[in-house]
Amino acid sequence: MSTARPALEVVAELRREVERMQGAPARQSVPTHAALEGLLSLETGGVYGVDSASLALLLMAGPSAAGTWCAVVGAPDLGVEAAVAMGVDPHRTVLVPDPQDRWLEVTAALVDVVGLVVVRPPAAVGEGDAARLGARLRKQGCVLVPWGDWPRCDARLTLETARWAGPGAGDGHLRSREVTVALRRGTAPRRTRDLLLPAADLTVQQARPDVAPVRRREPAIVRSAG
Amino acid sequence: MRTLVVWCPDWPVRAALPDLPRDEPGAVLEGGQVLACNHAARVEGVRRGMRRRDAQARCPELHLADHRPDVEARSFEEVLLGVEELSPAVTPLRPGLCALPVPARLYGGEEQAAAVVAERVVSLAVWDVRLGVADTLFAAEQAARRAAPQDVHVVEPGTDAAFLAPLPVEVLESPDVVSLLRRMGLTTLAHLAALRPSDVHTRFGAHGGLLHRLASGQDPRLLARREVPPELSGVLVLEPPVSRAETVAFSLRSVAERFVARLAERGVVCTALGIEVEVDGVVASSRRWAHPRWFGAVDVVDRVRWQLQGTVLPGPVGGVRLVPEMVAPVGEHAPVLFGAGTLAADDERVERGIARVQGLVGHDGVLAAQVQGGRAPAARRLLTTWGEQAQPARAVGAPWPGSVPPPAPATVYAAPRPAQVVGPGDRVVGVDGRGAISCEPVRFRATGDEHWRPVASWAGPWPVDELWWDEAAARRVARFQVVGVDGTAWLMVVENGTWWTEARYD
Repeated sequence: MSTARPALEVVAELRREVERMQGAPARQSVPTHAALEGLLSLETGGVYGVDSASLALLLMAGPSAAGTWCAVVGAPDLGVEAAVAMGVDPHRTVLVPDPQDRWLEVTAALVDVVGLVVVRPPAAVGEGDAARLGARLRKQGCVLVPWGDWPRCDARLTLETARWAGPGAGDGHLRSREVTVALRRGTAPRRTRDLLLPAADLTVQQARPDVAPVRRREPAIVRSAG
Repeated sequence: MRTLVVWCPDWPVRAALPDLPRDEPGAVLEGGQVLACNHAARVEGVRRGMRRRDAQARCPELHLADHRPDVEARSFEEVLLGVEELSPAVTPLRPGLCALPVPARLYGGEEQAAAVVAERVVSLAVWDVRLGVADTLFAAEQAARRAAPQDVHVVEPGTDAAFLAPLPVEVLESPDVVSLLRRMGLTTLAHLAALRPSDVHTRFGAHGGLLHRLASGQDPRLLARREVPPELSGVLVLEPPVSRAETVAFSLRSVAERFVARLAERGVVCTALGIEVEVDGVVASSRRWAHPRWFGAVDVVDRVRWQLQGTVLPGPVGGVRLVPEMVAPVGEHAPVLFGAGTLAADDERVERGIARVQGLVGHDGVLAAQVQGGRAPAARRLLTTWGEQAQPARAVGAPWPGSVPPPAPATVYAAPRPAQVVGPGDRVVGVDGRGAISCEPVRFRATGDEHWRPVASWAGPWPVDELWWDEAAARRVARFQVVGVDGTAWLMVVENGTWWTEARYD
């Protein structure tokens, strides 16, 4: 009897595998940073383009903090300390800073094993390469975050405006930054979200949380006459 | 069985600084402290356990390197191969130290045999090698430590206990027990050996019991050998044969885990391991590895990798055989047996994938990152080759006066980029020795090929005298945070009137 349960588990595992190979439940949601809630939710097999290091780190932070392995290809200048501050687990992060002309092969090899790959393509990416990599992403259930131009993005996040708070004319230091992040998804209208990236306490949060303003109640003061 | 120990002193220094001339001082650091130093450094007063700054104060021209155990093991392989050509049963104890049964009969005496071994090692350009011969492994190691360079110290048969008696208890290399022994007034091994074994065992436990036996000249380590049933060996067959060491190592993982698990089922752990590598059906490389504690699956895979990287094989590897040559009861090792030494299935899959990437971009093309202490943003990240262990050299929590406060920049340039910052009338902004700036910054160019941006706001300077104790590497710099009117923010540094961009807050 002791072998019955493992056998059942194996059957269930194989069923899942078959379903996955047939492409049935192609997309599953991936933990996404709380600051992006309501704007963007990452899904396996998705390609999410970004235009700056902090946005790449922000997309990486959600899955990484949840224990997913991540990889960064072709970005030797990534700030490790900023990544850790944002919630990236360095022990589950693989860096390939300088893959040179083999970056596409390296990315493909990493897509097979990790949950999210940030890639900074050194050259223009062909439609064919992007399509092949996209198929592999969907098969392996990985998320791709191209930092730079990419021909087939499911969504693109860009930093539109940035206002730093903290420094004056020689005094203070950089404390927080209010940014407007714009999301373009296919032909859908552009959506924006104001974020503190980072806030003064080094977290990332929404600048104006979408909550109904709390109505202030008039203080009930009982005046005693006379 | 008479044992010969070959000791190459200061091996970590030799492995980490292979090109260092003999008479120049060098040291290897671990966690900011000197782990090992060479003779020239000791003459200058550098000692083990000393802090980096103290060591450099005593000896300003000291060459420093980080401790890298993998590299040490790999470079020691050359010595092992050399000794193995003379006598097959060499057991590496740790990088820099190995033991073998004295091949006395072959060379007409113990001293003669030792001289042949010494000559062989010296011919590999390892000029400082010391040998010791004794009945037990521990006594032989101590004898080697007392031998002159390129010489042998022979302890006559049956006199191990007498040889060990006058040695200080520090040679046991067990700081906790030694400090207690000292406080009890037991300063030499003779004092310890004179105690009743049962008393020592009651007071110090099993570990103390082992030290007592070492002090009495009864090293159980080689005597504890016993026959291991053959079905416990682990076998990996590679079809088709594989030529890359990394690929072999990762294919071996499951075999290594089964190997460790099967031994554990019988209540034993492996403390000495034989690794045989087959090429075209014949054993092309065979080596015996000892472990300070016991072999976990990860340790086994590491040893196979080291052995493959250190040897030149005649062709691709067709198979690997793991033979448990020495085993010990599991009881002594139980607390560390579970949890350590096994990898989660997911992590293992990732490791395999990374090995594939290493095949594409080279072993050192794949990095792992850590945060460490430091002033410059580039110094605060520690990048190490994937799979090699490195401890942060500098504590994150320690105060780093002059470091720029958080948030940390999201882009840190590996090499600073030339920049320009000018004030009114396009005069270059400079900083004097007291940290005062010559004029207010008005506009800047963050990298050489970018356009000029007006300054919206700025902060600083954070002046730093870096490495002031080392003239060659000394830098006197001041850092600034500069924000452009377009909202971009940069971390810039000025040194002797020249501006560089170190990082970008993007």
